[in-house]
Amino acid sequence: MKQNNKQAHKFGMVIDLDKCTGCGSCMVACMSENNVPVKEDESDKKDSITWMRVYKLNNNKPFPETEICYLPRPCQHCSGKGDHGHSPCVSVCPATATDYDYSTGIVSQIYTRCFGCRYCMGACPYHARYFNWWDPKWPDGMESYLSPNVSPRMRGVVEKCSFCFHRYQLAKEQVYYDGEERIEDEAAYQTACTQACPAGAIVFGDLNNPDHQVTQIVKPNPHPEHDNHDVVGKSRNPKVFRLLERLGTNTKIYYMSERKWVRKLGDNYLDGEWEKADNHHGSSHG
Amino acid sequence: MDSALIPEGVKRCSFPKFFIGIAIVGAVVLWGVYGMLVCWLKGLNVTGMDDYYGFALWIWADLAVIALGGGAFFTGLLKYIFKVDELKNIINFVVILGFVCYASALLILAIDIGQPLRGWFIFWHANVHSMLTEVAFCLSCYFAVLTIEFIPNILENRQLDKVPFFHNLSHNMHGVMAIFAATGAFLSFFHQGSLGGVAGVLYGRPFAYREGLLVWPWTFFLFTWSAAAFGPCFSMVVLRITEAVTKKKLVKDNVIHLLAKISGWMITTYIIAKIIDTIYWATVTAPSMGLKMSFFFTGEGNGPYNYLILITEIFLCGVVPGLLLIVKSTRENPTTRLIAIILGAIGVSLNRWVMVLQVMAVPVMPFDKWALYMPTWPEIATTILPVAGGIIVISLAYRYLPVFPQEKELNEVTVE
Repeated sequence: MKQNNKQAHKFGMVIDLDKCTGCGSCMVACMSENNVPVKEDESDKKDSITWMRVYKLNNNKPFPETEICYLPRPCQHCSGKGDHGHSPCVSVCPATATDYDYSTGIVSQIYTRCFGCRYCMGACPYHARYFNWWDPKWPDGMESYLSPNVSPRMRGVVEKCSFCFHRYQLAKEQVYYDGEERIEDEAAYQTACTQACPAGAIVFGDLNNPDHQVTQIVKPNPHPEHDNHDVVGKSRNPKVFRLLERLGTNTKIYYMSERKWVRKLGDNYLDGEWEKADNHHGSSHG
Repeated sequence: MDSALIPEGVKRCSFPKFFIGIAIVGAVVLWGVYGMLVCWLKGLNVTGMDDYYGFALWIWADLAVIALGGGAFFTGLLKYIFKVDELKNIINFVVILGFVCYASALLILAIDIGQPLRGWFIFWHANVHSMLTEVAFCLSCYFAVLTIEFIPNILENRQLDKVPFFHNLSHNMHGVMAIFAATGAFLSFFHQGSLGGVAGVLYGRPFAYREGLLVWPWTFFLFTWSAAAFGPCFSMVVLRITEAVTKKKLVKDNVIHLLAKISGWMITTYIIAKIIDTIYWATVTAPSMGLKMSFFFTGEGNGPYNYLILITEIFLCGVVPGLLLIVKSTRENPTTRLIAIILGAIGVSLNRWVMVLQVMAVPVMPFDKWALYMPTWPEIATTILPVAGGIIVISLAYRYLPVFPQEKELNEVTVE
């Protein structure tokens, strides 16, 4: 399906960082839902698999002005420069083992085709891709809890968040069964992390559907930015930002915060640039 | 014992001495093979890599050996296409060296991938947008070309040459070698370039990313250029080592001076382009992503990645060897020439290191940290494996094949 097709979905997420308590429910739900294996020693996080990872940020100020913020980071499902579907990882995979689906906006990973070169991991600035350094294993008895809808991955391949794609497939089957054409109901397809968040910090939906809450919060600009034509879909909500937006990765994970220092940590800025960007954002759309 | 196989009119060490030497290097090969089996059987968890460092020592080794083996395609281009006839006296040797380098790269790649049995997917499910696909195709094809270029030399072995078919085949292959050299140069341009493109297209990695021409980032052209410039330096270094080990002069000085002069000019022009590229990246590309140049070379936890590495690469191992090789007096002085070619070989290897490992080390998200990496023994053993294997191939070729046409003339043997 071609991009910008009116029938196409563009699934995305907005995470309210002021609501996130860093409880880790989203991480647990994700691992459980997607059959993510568990290492014997999970203390080294650099080689353990966490499709959803919660980062702890701080404002770098001494007590009593110290503030912290938790930032959940799933795969950002980038649509790439100019929103053309050439995500940083998709365009580099030599075996087409990862793909951008124009009908959903989801970046997929075909485990049985991946041969483990890890170029996609090098290309991803968000560290959202994980390599299976070990054979997948679960503690005794946990195998019986594995989801039958998600295939476990073998050693030597890369995996990542799929926006719980199996749930999308189930939702599609349901709408077909109900005699409808496409998924319109927001509740019909939700990711495990969204449902597990006790604070309701994660909102998931179709960014192409104006009725969905995610679209109403984000208010994405469908046109390229004047100062950087690679950037498309920038939020018109001054409190909403994307990670490393100026690289032109055009992620579909948006973050929201009232706190300036949190928003500033979303991207890299030269001296004086942040103030200018923030004021501009605030004055134009505030 | 093996005198019937040794080319006529040249002297070689005794077989037991040769055998002992090969056995010592063979032990290193066995260590490497053991490391390789450990990686294949246990998986890549035995390496020092992690999810921050998915590309590490092996990818560097791949890029480095291919750059160093660049002497093969460039010398072939000069000899067969530009008709620089003096280079016929070194062409066999650089082809063998290229063969060793490219075989090494393919072997290391086979160990580096998580699912080695699926390696062929890169051809079967090829993604035309990926630089790595271009690398795989051109590298494999060029390895085939190098094999074809190496075969006539093998067939010139004293015993094989006695077989009329082999003799005629070798003769005829020499006749059409220009076609293969041209094909090799074409393929090399693309795979050397696409190896540069591997880093240059990473627009999510500001340290690596470069603008460019059409679909090719500037690193594409810089990698090709640097391989052509520094590859001959490595050929000359290995030749010097071979001469030291065999205690013989194998190639006349005028040939070396010519190759050194060409290499010197290539290095000098390359390094000017590299400096321009660095300045443009530091003042335009990186700032457009909100980053100052100092960010990439300073900061807490940046380990060895400071300005010294940049200065070493560009000035000490780029400008200096370039100048030493273009100035006649230093080029023709064996000591300064040796310094220049060693610096050159280090320089291009350092460039490849930076374009792989520093790219991975630099944090991109503002709240991320520098990531450092330390290789484990299986990685080191498997990286040394092709070096040891290469020494054996070169030793066997030197002993049994007429690799150096000028050897006889330069080392008259008294018949007893």
